[in-house]
Amino acid sequence: MVLATIIRRELTSYFATPVAYVFLVIFLVLQGLFTFYQGAFFEREQADLASFFAYQPWLFLFLMPAIGMRLWAEERRSGTFELLLTLPIPLAVIVLGKYIAAVLFAGFALVLTAPIWITVNWLGNPDNGVIITGYLGSFLMAASYLAIATALSAVTKNQVVAFILSVSVCFLFLVSGLPMVLDAFSGWAPDALVLAIANLSLLSHFDNLQKGVIALSDLVYFAAIIGLWLWINRVLIESKREAG
Amino acid sequence: MDVLLEARNLTKNFGSLHAVDDISLSVKKGEVLGFLGPNGAGKTTTMKMITGFLSPTLGETYVCGQPVSTNSVAARAHMGYLPEGAPLYGDMTPRGFLKFMASVRGIKGTHGVDVVESAARAVHLDNVMEQRIDTLSKGFRRRVGLAAAILHAPDVLILDEPTDGLDPNQKYEVRRLIEAMSVDRAIIISTHILEEVDAICHRAIIINEGRIVADGTPSELKGRSVYKNAVTLLMPVKYAQNAAGVLKGVKTIDRIEVAAEGAHVRLTALAKGCIDISQDITEILADKGWPVTEFTVDNGRLDDVFRSLTVGEI
Repeated sequence: MVLATIIRRELTSYFATPVAYVFLVIFLVLQGLFTFYQGAFFEREQADLASFFAYQPWLFLFLMPAIGMRLWAEERRSGTFELLLTLPIPLAVIVLGKYIAAVLFAGFALVLTAPIWITVNWLGNPDNGVIITGYLGSFLMAASYLAIATALSAVTKNQVVAFILSVSVCFLFLVSGLPMVLDAFSGWAPDALVLAIANLSLLSHFDNLQKGVIALSDLVYFAAIIGLWLWINRVLIESKREAG
Repeated sequence: MDVLLEARNLTKNFGSLHAVDDISLSVKKGEVLGFLGPNGAGKTTTMKMITGFLSPTLGETYVCGQPVSTNSVAARAHMGYLPEGAPLYGDMTPRGFLKFMASVRGIKGTHGVDVVESAARAVHLDNVMEQRIDTLSKGFRRRVGLAAAILHAPDVLILDEPTDGLDPNQKYEVRRLIEAMSVDRAIIISTHILEEVDAICHRAIIINEGRIVADGTPSELKGRSVYKNAVTLLMPVKYAQNAAGVLKGVKTIDRIEVAAEGAHVRLTALAKGCIDISQDITEILADKGWPVTEFTVDNGRLDDVFRSLTVGEI
């Protein structure tokens, strides 16, 4: 299947350069630092992974754009963009293939954090159901960030610009539920709008899953964000193709 | 189906800039079409429209009967394309890259391996198959791009400056390869290297400012040159002055060009209206008894035609 071929090439490309290894090491080290120092994993004396998941939205804010930034920017810089888009493959398949490869890579990074889950099970008796929904929340959050980062990497040939742009947009989606954004609207905007903005936030839907709640609305939210940004990705590619 | 590639009225405007203006062409099976023009004439834009990378403002391309704009996947399956500059994935090896290209085109398993190996052999990549593409020389990179364009034995092959940046030996190899492949497919080559047209093209189209200004066989195009039927003589310096004077007086001769060449001088007599003047000159030579060491009749010069069509000077 052509989709699988595209995914395989992208994944091989991550591991063909030191990028993948540097990323994995930095992710695991930072994740550990946040969990044990900031999150006070031991001091809390609780058999759960709350301190592990708490900082992930902020960690992913920088790490997911780093995974996504090269996907299209590099193709456009090197000219392989033209090669790829003149192959007998529908554009949607290429967009999807690149995105899935990035998501699989992020998923692999998450799987590598399994030791902490084993640790907490060894030390106590955690509610593994909550941990699984927690991982699901992390994964969906990473996937949402990646949808944004992949789409925005099509905007420019420069990976650094793509990275900064993605971090900024991801940040807006992350904080739209926090007081710093809501306060700016709550004074004058109708309640419905404030509520809509609050609901746009990745964080509130992420938190639900951290509490062990799998609500359809949260899943629909993540699916909608991902779907929207994949569509934007496609539109951006079409327009950049015309621009040459 | 004899005509494998047909482009009808291709037009591309970038804002108010008319990059390509109403270009139509068709290429038959077994034909190699040279696509010529100065830099910026619209060659690459036309190629990009033919392959469907750019969508034309007006017009349509048909590859084996399939319209590129509405049925692009089917049309592209029949097509092999070497984009300008032969872009490649630098972090892959040629083998990995060619395998990817084969697999994208649905060629897999042992057949895929065979196809990759034979394409690599055809362009002599054997020794570099396991090196990163980033580390390869320009010549090798170009050949990897070519191998990727031909590995699925496409009916239509579109090569944008396939020999650009290659040394003379490599150019010769690539031309031989194109010739060998042309038998059962249609090939378009864009180039600004005129010797290439003479060497491999059955037909050539010259474009300038987005329009077709000439279309014909290389001989037909050369026939439009002022050098058609010009006679060139090589003789020692001491006879040259006199000879030039005598030849100038012949009424069928338009003008004489003189070029020093060591102890000899090369005199080129351009015929008025490009008529055959070799007989007249032979008679004069017999009469005067000049020691001429070389006597050639020109059949026209492509670079001269190219210049006159694209710059407007003769």
